[in-house]
Amino acid sequence: MTLIRPYGDTTGDGMVQLSFTLPIEHSKVAEGAAVQLANKMGMDPALVVHAKPMGEGFTFFVVYGRVNHLVDPSTVEVVERDYPLLTPKEANAAIKRSLRRRLTVVGACIGTDAHTVGIDAILNIKGFAGEKGLEYYRELKVVNLGAQVSVPQLVEAAREERADAVLVSQVVTQRDAHLLNTREMSAAFREAYPAATRPLLVVGGPRFDETMAEELGVDRVFSRGTTPGEVASFIVHRLTQEKAS
Amino acid sequence: MAVGKASQLGIDKADVRRARTLARQVGKPIVDLAQRHTTVSVERATLRLAGLGGADPDGTPWVNRLADVVRADVGLEHGVTLPVWDALVRGEGDDLLALAQKAAAGSVTFRVPEGRDATRARAASRKAVAAGIKRIDRQRVARERMIAKVGDAPSKPWIYLIVATGDIHEDIPQAQAAAREGADVIAVIRSTGQSLLDFVPEGATREGFAGTYATQENFRLMRAALDETSRELGRYVRLTNYASGLCMPEIATLAGLERLDMMLNDSMYGILFRDINPIRTFVDQRFSRQIHARAGIIINTGEDNYLTTADAVEAAHTVTTSQLLNEYFAKEAGLEDWQLGLGHAFEIDPEVPDSFRLELAHAMLARELFPDAPLKWMPPTRHMTGDIFKGYLLDGFFNLVGAMTGQGILLVGMMTEAVVTPWISDRDLALQNVRYVMNAAGNLHEDFHPSPDGFIARRAREVLGEAVDLLQEIKDDTDAAGDPPLLAAIADGTFGLMKRPADKGKGLDGVARKAGDYYNPATEILEGS
Repeated sequence: MTLIRPYGDTTGDGMVQLSFTLPIEHSKVAEGAAVQLANKMGMDPALVVHAKPMGEGFTFFVVYGRVNHLVDPSTVEVVERDYPLLTPKEANAAIKRSLRRRLTVVGACIGTDAHTVGIDAILNIKGFAGEKGLEYYRELKVVNLGAQVSVPQLVEAAREERADAVLVSQVVTQRDAHLLNTREMSAAFREAYPAATRPLLVVGGPRFDETMAEELGVDRVFSRGTTPGEVASFIVHRLTQEKAS
Repeated sequence: MAVGKASQLGIDKADVRRARTLARQVGKPIVDLAQRHTTVSVERATLRLAGLGGADPDGTPWVNRLADVVRADVGLEHGVTLPVWDALVRGEGDDLLALAQKAAAGSVTFRVPEGRDATRARAASRKAVAAGIKRIDRQRVARERMIAKVGDAPSKPWIYLIVATGDIHEDIPQAQAAAREGADVIAVIRSTGQSLLDFVPEGATREGFAGTYATQENFRLMRAALDETSRELGRYVRLTNYASGLCMPEIATLAGLERLDMMLNDSMYGILFRDINPIRTFVDQRFSRQIHARAGIIINTGEDNYLTTADAVEAAHTVTTSQLLNEYFAKEAGLEDWQLGLGHAFEIDPEVPDSFRLELAHAMLARELFPDAPLKWMPPTRHMTGDIFKGYLLDGFFNLVGAMTGQGILLVGMMTEAVVTPWISDRDLALQNVRYVMNAAGNLHEDFHPSPDGFIARRAREVLGEAVDLLQEIKDDTDAAGDPPLLAAIADGTFGLMKRPADKGKGLDGVARKAGDYYNPATEILEGS
């Protein structure tokens, strides 16, 4: 694997741009301080291209400069997709073949989070990024509980609907509410179900780290930009595979 | 539409009249329903007007403690006023607070007074509640005097900026800084989930989720700080908070008492987006709007929410429909045109061809339908992807529509929407964006007249037509229980995919049908009888 560095307009030039605010009145000293920060961040030379006073005692900077760092993509750790992407047709066929019934998905925003944008993008037939939502899949029964669902309500609904998978969306992240809520949710499901019959737990939201699934006690974490097709494919893959093995 | 003013969009005045007639026909049965019911929050708001504040050592407000005991003793259907003032007249407590404390300790039994006892209780309660309403009146006068003295916001649209730290003592310096940077209106975002609390938290609060609790003390502290900043800047800086939720009547009351200037108050938001019981919401919104009307508060309605959960092109007419209903309910409650900050938003997918022309058409339609209302223009959120550079451009186009359509209130869009809560630099850059556009194109509406048969005018007429059809569909809706058509329509999912039956939803147990001897001095005074 080749080592790479940032690209401005010439291979290997290492050029990056950076903007930030320093709590200092605008002056020559302030601009020097901005250069010093950029230098310490590894930008050398660093060029302050814009400096503007903002409010009392603050200055905003835009800095361009060259970094010497090399990055090695071969050492980067990410969660690679470990399931095949299915079209809705393929997903429906896989469910029919292996479950011989519709697969039930219960979705909700839990805790005080009122932002249904995420769960709606995945579940509503309208969908997201040009892909239809899970409601579009003939073999999926979707129960969208909406916003501000409590964990006990979610567990109750999952039981009632005999959910195969539970989808939880969390947008609000202040004070790590998304992490706390997710842990509470996964613990509740573990308590309420024997391990063998527990529904698949999937959590998603723009600020989640996809590597945290195990730590949060869920089967999968989806982050920013996830499409309905990816979620459907994952659920179908895991649940139909489980059945086959 | 203003009489005698020709439509720029070729809109037939008869269509506008028809839309308003339908809105009235849909709204009137709901008003009748609201008049037949009361809620725990309406009753608690009445106690607050009479001066009962504070909370017990566990933080439960005294209005809740007292109202709960009264309800347990005699039910909610008579209202709490007669039983409470009957007890006071009988000497069960020196004042409301003492009575609430005794009631909480279980040493008072309430009854529904009759005959002369009832007459005495009515007179005493009316005097106490009138004092609270007088305080609201005095705050309204204080606002008018202060604006006359220090000056008003220099131009329209008013620049609306948000603070949301969760800590009132952090909010205050941020709000003051935002005002110095150019904000005409400061909105303190509420803690997530407050709308579902069936009580109003008490005191200055320093912990909240994605916002700061709306409390009387927080209102007071922030208003005092902005008064100071208003004097310093030579222009009155307005303060906004949120009434919507389970405690609409109480929060509206506190806002009036503490001289807030605008309140988010939508007639159906709680039902559709928070799953609050429809009847509870309609009763609460009517009382809260009567209070806002009295307090001289401008309401902001929540139509932007329709576009964040549905496609902004397909759902454009639901915004118009909701604006017409909000207008009907607001006027019925006594609000005037200048108090109607009807909401709409710039949420069309920028990849849609002609998205800017569509946005302009929708905004011009709102402007023509409600010429005397200070419309509230909400920035893009759905299609802010984290690409801050693209987002900055999108916000510029949003500002341009605002400039071209004479918006009254402009919520400043942040390029870091969906990335972080705004940084100091985000706010400054966002304000530079607004200023550039207003300076460069603020008077463009003088020159800009869309072609009567062009895309924009046609689209505006199309959306109005769809809104009329939707109102007609709502009016013709029915359910097995024989509910008013709007309730039936809400129950069967006419608004988005959300089905909200009249007998479900949060806060239903706090609703009661009024008994024949129901009495509420606040309603009596507010309705001028």
